Amino acid sequence: MSGIGGTTGTSGEGDSGTGGAESRRVRVVLVDDHRMFRTGVQAEIGQTATTGVEVVGEAADVDQAVTVITATRPEVVLLDVHLPGGGGVEVLRRCAPFMAAAENPVRFLALSVSDAAEDVIGVIRGGARGYVTKTITGADLVDSIFRVQDGDAVFSPRLAGFVLDAFASTDAPPVDEDMDRLTQREREVLRLIARGYAYKEIAKQLFISVKTVESHVSAVLRKLQLSNRHELTRWATARRLV
Amino acid sequence: MPPASPQPPQPLPSSSSASSSSSSSFASASSSLSSEPSASGASSASGSSAGTGTGPGTGPGAGTGRGGGPGAGTGTASASRSRSRPAGTAPGADEPPLRKLYRSADGRLLGGVARGLAGHLGLPVGWVRLVFLVLFLAQGLGVLLYAIFWIVVPLGVGGTPAESRPLFEVTDDGRRRLRTPDRGQTFALVALFAVGTVFVGSADFGRADTGRYIWPTLLIGAGVVLVWRQADNARRAQWASLSTDSRRRRVFQLARGLAGVALVGLGLTVFMVVRGSAAQLGNVLTAAIAVVAGVALLAGPWLVRMTQDLSDERLMRIRAQERAEVAAHVHDSVLHTLTLIQRNADDGGEVRRLARAQERELRAWLYKPQGTGKDEATGPDTLAEAVKATAAEVEDHHGVPIEVVVVGDCPLDDGLTALAQAAREAMVNAAKYGGEGGAVQVYAEVEGRTVFVSVRDRGPGFDLDAVPGDRMGVRESIFGRMERNGGTARVRSAPDGGTEVELEMERAAEA
Repeated sequence: MSGIGGTTGTSGEGDSGTGGAESRRVRVVLVDDHRMFRTGVQAEIGQTATTGVEVVGEAADVDQAVTVITATRPEVVLLDVHLPGGGGVEVLRRCAPFMAAAENPVRFLALSVSDAAEDVIGVIRGGARGYVTKTITGADLVDSIFRVQDGDAVFSPRLAGFVLDAFASTDAPPVDEDMDRLTQREREVLRLIARGYAYKEIAKQLFISVKTVESHVSAVLRKLQLSNRHELTRWATARRLV
Repeated sequence: MPPASPQPPQPLPSSSSASSSSSSSFASASSSLSSEPSASGASSASGSSAGTGTGPGTGPGAGTGRGGGPGAGTGTASASRSRSRPAGTAPGADEPPLRKLYRSADGRLLGGVARGLAGHLGLPVGWVRLVFLVLFLAQGLGVLLYAIFWIVVPLGVGGTPAESRPLFEVTDDGRRRLRTPDRGQTFALVALFAVGTVFVGSADFGRADTGRYIWPTLLIGAGVVLVWRQADNARRAQWASLSTDSRRRRVFQLARGLAGVALVGLGLTVFMVVRGSAAQLGNVLTAAIAVVAGVALLAGPWLVRMTQDLSDERLMRIRAQERAEVAAHVHDSVLHTLTLIQRNADDGGEVRRLARAQERELRAWLYKPQGTGKDEATGPDTLAEAVKATAAEVEDHHGVPIEVVVVGDCPLDDGLTALAQAAREAMVNAAKYGGEGGAVQVYAEVEGRTVFVSVRDRGPGFDLDAVPGDRMGVRESIFGRMERNGGTARVRSAPDGGTEVELEMERAAEA
């Protein structure tokens, strides 16, 4: 998914990439049941000197993942959605205390080959801070990891599409449930993400700062996790996701 | 008999017309199904052989005399004829796999046997029911036959369709009233009543030794029917809708099953009481319980293990089947693609194209929603399908990845078809001139009446005014087409390089 971060390269980014490599380090655990994939990701992002990403642990199934995460307490976990032993959702469930931890909370970034709606919505509802597919380039992945570490949400265009779809029908009922509703601005931001814009491009387009874009996206993610109300349920049932 | 005598003049014309229609439908069925003539031939042949005594007489009669049958037929003639019919279905049932005999699951009164048979034979249901009823008079043969069919023939989709009508109907002024019964049903009820009267009369309740068995038998029969239907329902619920069963319905089913058991128990008790062995009831019950307990002790564990083995086996078989399906698919598509990729390893574009196409196909296969089969042959019906199909085509043709995000959906109309074509042109342009910058992003949204499509690439971008006037691609295929169909198109350069084509159109008013 090339549209997530700065596709034009990380060199120009102020908050990540080579510029901040000295100051910023992030400890990452890789959870994926394919060893080859882990090796590939490790090779791509694991050169700590250049990318600032330090892979401190790997796991191949749910039990291992929980053990490794408990032992190493990384800042970011790259989590595969389909895992033996219950899947990524199970890992999220069992690591919920770490996510809520006050200091250095563990943040999860789902990294999956599937971009099916049920997978995406499932792990986001489980508490993952973002969702990227495995077609992502190494530079974008590093960027996403830093973004997630900052507490921001990382949305792929497809994920933005799902969220828009989920909230699309909620404009009509006049019931006052602000928590579940996306503001006009958030919809606009999501729409641009779905159209393949990077955060920076969205900022330029809407004449707002990148930080504002990120806070909008984080708000959407928060609403998505909180909104166990009828809209999302109805949407999911209509698609036989639940 | 007096209440039945005014009825025949009325049903006779209707039954004769029904016979003509049924025979014509039978003929059409036999002409459409090549196996049908042989089956009907077998039924008539076995009919003449089955009815040993009356065979020669009823053989030709079975073919021609159907119309006048119900009223005129005496007990024996109709009995032998109808006996030939079920006997004829037995070879017909296992002969052609195309049309097996099933008990009908919907619109049945008891077990769906009559309806299933009627559907199988191409006869009106009323006739079959009537035959069973008449057979019931012949020493209760109909009941036996019906029970055998009920046990042997599986419940399934078949038989003549019955439109389900509610008991109440709503009148124009909004009041609910009891539905007026139609003539056929009234006739069936009257006939049932008449036959019942005749049966009760002929059974001669005055005589003590028969009378004391009739009622317990009827009770037991009713109970058995209740329980059997219950079993049918349980089975049907397995393959039919599983979402609709509410708790109330389950309670109702339980109550029905219990009522059936109670009826059977009551019948048996009455049986014993009537036989005068009520005094030994306690002893008999104790003995019966002892026997049942003994059997349960002996065979119980074995039975439990057998059911467990059976369900295990079924699970294994389902797994094996699924695995075989996955293996077949992987073999057909993925392995072939990998072979092609190995062969074309030097040609990067071709490899990418193959990999993308295979990824898309496998993804569609893995994550497709249940129930939507892959009808690739038929054209797309909705905007989302159209956009996705178009993107896939362009992706395959130009080897540039196209990422599609669709929000909302709506059925295609003329204007939207034009929109999809314009979008296709935009995608082709983006793939051709902007493909080096990475994937082409396609975004389609249906919001209210507005349909919006954006096609974005990250290529060098181009100036629309600089395009020579003789180049018709963008002007005609995108702008012209959109304007002709009442939409708008815009081309603009995206903030960080690249080009974005935005297409917008109002949906046609819904019919």
